Amino acid sequence: MKNPYIPFPMRIDNVVIETDDRDIKTFSLSFIHKEDEASFAYIPGQFAELSDFNKGEAPFGMASSPTQKGSLEFTIAKAGVVTTALHNREVGEIVGVRGPLGNGFPVDTLRGKNIVMIGGGFGFSTLRALTTFVLDEANRPTFGDITVIYGARNPGQLLYKDDLEQWGKRHDLNLYLTVDSRDDEWSGRVGLIPQITKEIAPSAENAYILVCGPPVMIKFTLPVTREIGFLPERTLLSLEMRMKCGVGMCGRCNIGSKYVCTDGPVFSCAQLSGLLFDES
Amino acid sequence: MSDKVIKKEELPNVLKILKETYEVFVPVKEKGFYRFKVLEDENKVDLNFTNTRLSPKSLLFPQSERMFEYSLDEADEDAYVIKEPPKDYAPTVVVGMRPCDAKALRLVDVNFVNPEFKDPWWARRLESLTLIGLGCKEPCSTCFCTSVNCGPFNEEGLDVLLFDLGKNYMARAITEKGAQLLKLAGVSEDATSDLNKQAEESKAKAEKQIISHVPTDKLKEKKAIDLFDASFWDEVAFACLNCGTCTFLCPTCWCFDIQDEVNKKKGDRIRNWDSCMFPLFTLHASGHNPRSEKVQRVRQRFMHKLKYYLDKYDNGVACVGCGRCVNYCPVNIDIREVFKLMNET
Repeated sequence: MKNPYIPFPMRIDNVVIETDDRDIKTFSLSFIHKEDEASFAYIPGQFAELSDFNKGEAPFGMASSPTQKGSLEFTIAKAGVVTTALHNREVGEIVGVRGPLGNGFPVDTLRGKNIVMIGGGFGFSTLRALTTFVLDEANRPTFGDITVIYGARNPGQLLYKDDLEQWGKRHDLNLYLTVDSRDDEWSGRVGLIPQITKEIAPSAENAYILVCGPPVMIKFTLPVTREIGFLPERTLLSLEMRMKCGVGMCGRCNIGSKYVCTDGPVFSCAQLSGLLFDES
Repeated sequence: MSDKVIKKEELPNVLKILKETYEVFVPVKEKGFYRFKVLEDENKVDLNFTNTRLSPKSLLFPQSERMFEYSLDEADEDAYVIKEPPKDYAPTVVVGMRPCDAKALRLVDVNFVNPEFKDPWWARRLESLTLIGLGCKEPCSTCFCTSVNCGPFNEEGLDVLLFDLGKNYMARAITEKGAQLLKLAGVSEDATSDLNKQAEESKAKAEKQIISHVPTDKLKEKKAIDLFDASFWDEVAFACLNCGTCTFLCPTCWCFDIQDEVNKKKGDRIRNWDSCMFPLFTLHASGHNPRSEKVQRVRQRFMHKLKYYLDKYDNGVACVGCGRCVNYCPVNIDIREVFKLMNET
């Protein structure tokens, strides 16, 4: 078996500054060794440990879809030591990527179903990967109706503006954008995710609902998803915990007897109901 | 293979032969405490010890280990290529490991060799080890191994088990690896039935001498959420300093951190022991900390050992009853009491 701690070297091909405050950037990376790409077969919702050779590793969900060949994308918010170091990296520099890790979204289960995705803030990155995946020409006919509800604190904090513009023009995707507080140019919805979700009330029939965002958003959105008819088995969350190894060994990302890194990060609410949340 | 006998005066000679093929570790007394060190003088080996203060897990899982090295110098051809430094997997014998510590290695093994991933360093070191255990004929008042699927002469995880019978050791090969080792060391004299009887008596006496017992029978059926929400955690955690001594001494604690250390253009990726007792263990870069309170961390340690491990691996509790945490906790937190609370409440 291969050493699970060895990262692939990857080159930074492009950096997109996503937000007005410049604190969130999306890095597009390509494999330096072609054979590494073949061994990095992933599905949306999985994650990888990104190395800044100097400062260490941290886990990030892939923001790209496996249907986009030749590169991986990671959206990184500048928050701690590793993310700050990565933010200082430039096009052409080398970083390390170790993965793919975790279970990812149950793509095969979702086929033939309607999918409702609810994303808040920075937590939207893996839902962007899933949206890109289902909109892929070959995949789109295999999924039912797709609804994406995405909110950010303000318009300047919305990620993937090019994608959002493209998706807004499509007829095979219901896209709802909302912001907590508007600016002068914003003419769209204003309101928090739980409230908007309640207003839109997407049908639970033959559908799965996926919720990714900050803990407070999840906390107030889950009662709404239940109210509009989504069963806990069909309500999926992607959890975040601090991780070091990503391979079920270092002992810090557990929630009860589950490790977020290897048993997750995607769990259904039914799976989580018997588990324990350390909420301070 | 039948049990063998080693006369005590022959032990140095046996060790001398082993030294030619293996790296040999023995307990060595240093500054008042025993620890496993490389055998230097086989004539000075002292097996009259209770147990080492630190568990021997560090032989497989060092407190600090260089995982990789890399160059940040763009002029280097292999800049940014992560490389494994040379590591020592020479065949190694540990002489005098206590049965509880050997069992602990089996409990930890399920973490480092999980269904999806294998920790290559742990796995290779475990393969390179041959463990000669020494039964505990004089257990301590804090030992409770017999309550947790272990015992003073437990064989699990060992290759050879020694019984200290006064002038002689009786050597029992547990595995083929152990039998081979005894053969190589020239240990061929069969133990007499009298010696065998003495060994069994010594074992029975030691088991009887264990006065600490903890209940574990209800842990499996209890709901994790009920234990998690139990009212006793504040009291258990009250005196805790979060010093981490328990986790560092514990033979079944395996948590670690990974850090990069860079000096000029040369970098190392290092793995260090970490502890669930430390607030930084789970602190997110965002500032959110799912276990920010002391009581949450104390609960995590005991729940992990006595419930989560049991539920996840169905391999018993992650405790071998060595009593180290009981002996060395600076505020006398006693895992035996927590067993009772969790099992009985």
